[in-house]
Amino acid sequence: MPNQQPLLLQVFSWLTDPANWRGTDGIANRLVEHVGICAASLGIACLLAIPLGLWLGHVNRGQLIVINIANAGRAVPTYALLVLLAIGPLGLGSVSTIVALVLFAIPPILTNTFTGIRDVDPDIVDAAQGMGLSGAQVLRKVELPLGTPLLLTGVRLSAVQVIATATIAALVAGGGLGRIITAGFGTNNIPELLSGALLVAVLAVAVELSFGVLVRRSRARLS
Amino acid sequence: MVLSAESCLVANAWICGEYVQTRQSQIIAAVQQHVLLTVVSLALGIVLSFPLALVARLSPALKGFVLGASTAVYSVPSLALFAILLPVTGITQTTVVIGLVLYSLTILVRAIVDGLESVPDEVVDAASGMGFGRVSLLLRVRMPLALPTFFAGLRVATVSTVALVTIGFVVGYGGLGNLINDGLQTYFRAEVLTATVLCVVLAVLADLVVVGMERVATPWRRRGRA
Repeated sequence: MPNQQPLLLQVFSWLTDPANWRGTDGIANRLVEHVGICAASLGIACLLAIPLGLWLGHVNRGQLIVINIANAGRAVPTYALLVLLAIGPLGLGSVSTIVALVLFAIPPILTNTFTGIRDVDPDIVDAAQGMGLSGAQVLRKVELPLGTPLLLTGVRLSAVQVIATATIAALVAGGGLGRIITAGFGTNNIPELLSGALLVAVLAVAVELSFGVLVRRSRARLS
Repeated sequence: MVLSAESCLVANAWICGEYVQTRQSQIIAAVQQHVLLTVVSLALGIVLSFPLALVARLSPALKGFVLGASTAVYSVPSLALFAILLPVTGITQTTVVIGLVLYSLTILVRAIVDGLESVPDEVVDAASGMGFGRVSLLLRVRMPLALPTFFAGLRVATVSTVALVTIGFVVGYGGLGNLINDGLQTYFRAEVLTATVLCVVLAVLADLVVVGMERVATPWRRRGRA
């Protein structure tokens, strides 16, 4: 029997039905899975990309490599890499998902960290060296604070992208909010499908906005 | 079809010439669909981005609204966007095209606005002094000078669109994404790897086409460099 309620109301009632929040397939669990996968991936990507970007930016080397990594990251479809990993050695599961998410999260962080450090005014770096600061001190006390806004912009780009990509991961193996969308697809349950889409969109926009505040704060601290 | 024991299809090898040979027509059809979806989406994106960018430049409030809306769209995951469009446009190519156009707009509108804003005031003053009206100032001075920034944005949008088409498989129109999904369902390695490599090749080729278009559209830059 077709439901005659307006679609938005159906979505609202699906989202507010406590039954849809409980259990493995419930919203609460899927949300925790999604945030967990994303946080792990973003954390690993930061650990790998930030030190590398800091170092390459400090010695001002490897620009070509950094740019090419960024371009390659854009040209390889996320879904394709996920599937390749899943039917390859890593198998279906969250390891494939996290590896794929890390690989796609690295380029924006690396590029922005690199650019942020490299584009620090050379006069300031000269002055710092003239004051007797060592290379590591220049990086830590001068270049890093000045490059932080751009570094955070990179992390912000990656964070939003990771949340979006983690949705696709549900098509391959993992959990997360994408599972609500795919479940809705599978059973042609439009309110469920839309609820899943809405939840991911809200999460992505929330992360985007919070990082926006962080970036603005780090800029304000400089002026 | 008789398969020998050494067949790479039987071995489920990653690289398999036999796969490419036997599924040639299927692969070509997927590439054609991929190219068509990319070209249509980008063409619509380009056509729509110019008026939107001009509207955004009318007032700071409009600019904030247009750029804010495009950031919001950009942070909506593709799977979610296709899902949101599904009840409206159904399982059609339109669903994929609308989604891809929206994503390309988020990049293109910003690129045009940035490009128009980067035109130096002195240039605009000089042109006004030479008797350029508002329209000819826009068409003959501002737009040409904004083109390099626009093309930089178009390159990003093009490469991203080629990659994003793959997700269209969720509504049955994903070009090479259809093959990747089929390969996942059947654990067919050669199919997934071949489709992935073709995707990357398409992205690189599309990027080269845009670079070529830029050279044709901005001949003064080419001369300057030579």
